[in-house]
Amino acid sequence: MSNAVGSYFARHTHALLSSAGHLSRAPIATIFTVLVMGLALALPLGLDLLVRNVRAATGDFSGAVSVSVFFKTGVAEARAAQLARAVRDRPGVDRVQLITATQALAQFRTQSGFGEALDALQDNPLPHVLVITPFPASASPGYMESLRRYLSAWPEVDTVQLDGDWVARFNAILGLLQRSLLLAAGLLALGVVAVVGNTIRLEILNRRAEIEVTKLVGGTNGFVRRPFLYTGALYGFLGGLTAWLVVMVAIHLITPAAANLARTYGSQFMLMGPGVRDLEMLLGGSTLLGWLGSWLSAARHLARIEPG
Amino acid sequence: MIIFESVVKRYRNGREALLNVSLHVAPGEMVFLTGRSGAGKSTILKLIALLERPTRGRVLVGGADTAKLPARQVPAFRRRVGVVFQDHRLLVDRPVFDNVALPLIVADSSLKEIDKRVRAALDQVGLLGSERMLPAELSVGEQQRVGIARAIISRPPILIADEPTGNLDPQLASEVMALFRRLNEVGVTVVVATHDLHLVRESGLRSIVIEGGRIAGAEPSGTLPVMEARR
Repeated sequence: MSNAVGSYFARHTHALLSSAGHLSRAPIATIFTVLVMGLALALPLGLDLLVRNVRAATGDFSGAVSVSVFFKTGVAEARAAQLARAVRDRPGVDRVQLITATQALAQFRTQSGFGEALDALQDNPLPHVLVITPFPASASPGYMESLRRYLSAWPEVDTVQLDGDWVARFNAILGLLQRSLLLAAGLLALGVVAVVGNTIRLEILNRRAEIEVTKLVGGTNGFVRRPFLYTGALYGFLGGLTAWLVVMVAIHLITPAAANLARTYGSQFMLMGPGVRDLEMLLGGSTLLGWLGSWLSAARHLARIEPG
Repeated sequence: MIIFESVVKRYRNGREALLNVSLHVAPGEMVFLTGRSGAGKSTILKLIALLERPTRGRVLVGGADTAKLPARQVPAFRRRVGVVFQDHRLLVDRPVFDNVALPLIVADSSLKEIDKRVRAALDQVGLLGSERMLPAELSVGEQQRVGIARAIISRPPILIADEPTGNLDPQLASEVMALFRRLNEVGVTVVVATHDLHLVRESGLRSIVIEGGRIAGAEPSGTLPVMEARR
C-alpha cells in the first residue's frame, strides 16, 4: 500500500518536474504566455481592489444618508426639541441632531464670511432644523420614504429633504462596477483557458512523435495527458503570481498619490493591497484555469494521435 | 498465439494492403515475413501490434480478438507486444536510459525496478554504460539496439520487428538477428519483416512470402528462389 502511494507520488512528481523542465527549456515562449495570462488576471484583481478601496474610503457613505427637517419660522425651540425626542424614539433612527436657528445663524456667520451683513438683519431668518440619521441597515428607500411622510405630517414642519439620493446613486454605480467586474473576470478567465488551451495544443503538436511512441509502448491517454495537465497548471500558477506582482507594483506606485488626495479631505486613508487570502484565491483560481485549459485541449487533441 | 483468419485491410485512402490473408504463428516460434516494398508486410505487423484494426476477418493475438478489443484495453495489449522499427523511433531529446525505460514508466513500475531492468536490457544489447548518452551521440546500429532494448524491457511474449536490419551493415545485421534468436530461445514469439533474404536463409527458420497483399507461400529457409534472394 505504502509502495503504491509512494509510486503514485513519484510518478506525479516526475510529471511535474518534467513539465517544469519543458517550460524552462523554452523561456521566451513561457515568459510571453505567462505575461499574457498575468495581465489578463491582473485586470479583474485590480478592479476588485479599486471597488474595495473606494468602499473602504467612503464607508459606502452609510453615515451620509440623512433627512433634514426644516421647521416653519416661528416654531418655538422647546417644541422643536420635543419633536426631536419623538423622532428619536422611532425604530431605525440612529441619531437626531437639533440645530436651532441661533446655532445655524452662528455657524453661518462663521463659515460664510458675511458676518457684518448678518449684523444688519433685525430678525434671524433661519429656521430650526432636525438632522435625522437612520441606522445604515435601516436606510432602505422604502424606510426613508415612510420617514419622510411621517415628518411631513407634522404641522410645524415646512420642508423635509432626503439627503441620500446621491449616495444611492453612488452605491448603484459601485454595484454596477462590481457586476461589470464579475463579467470581465468571467470573460478574462475564458481568455486564460483559451490561451492555455492553445499553448498546450501547440505543445502537443510539437511532441507528437513522443506521444506516438508513448502510446506505442502502452501509455494510456491518462498517462500521456498528465504532463500536459501539469504544464497547464504551472502556466496558471505563474500567471496568477504575475498578476499579483503587477497589482502590487501598481498599488506601490499609486499609494503616494492616493494618500495625497485623502489628506486634502483630512483623511488618513491608505490604499489596500491584495491580502494573503486574495493571493491564495488568485493562485488557486489561476492554477485551476490553467489545468482546465490544458485538460480541454489535451482531451481533444491527444485522442487523435495514435501510433502508426 | 498469432492467428490471421481471412484478413482484409483497406486503408482510408482506399488502398487495399491485405487481401484475404490467413496465417498462424505458434507460441515461441520465430518467423520471417518477406516480400517487396508495399507487399503488405508492415500492415501485418501493425495489425499484430494493434496499430491498425482489420477491415474484415479476425486477428487473434494471445487469444485477444484485436477487432473487438475495447479502446481502454489497447494500452495493456500493446504492453504485451514489443515493437522494433527500422527508423528506431527514439525520443531524440531523451537519454538512452529514458528511452529504454519508457515501457516500464507507462506501466507504473517502481524506480528501483526501472533502474535494474534498464541496465539489464542495455547489457543484453551490449550498450551498458551508454545510459546518459543521447540517441544522436550513438551510431545507427547502436540506436537500433536501443530500440530493441526498449522493445524487450517489459519482457513481452511477442516481439515484432519491421526491417530491423535495413540500415545496418552485414556484421551489425547478423548481431541483431542473433539477439532475436536468443530472445526466441527463451520463449519469445518473434515476427520479423525483412528484405534481407540472406539473413532469412541463414536462419533456417520459416518465412512467409507476401505479394500484393496475399500470402504467396510459406517456405523453409534455404529453398527461396535464387532470383528472389538476389532482389
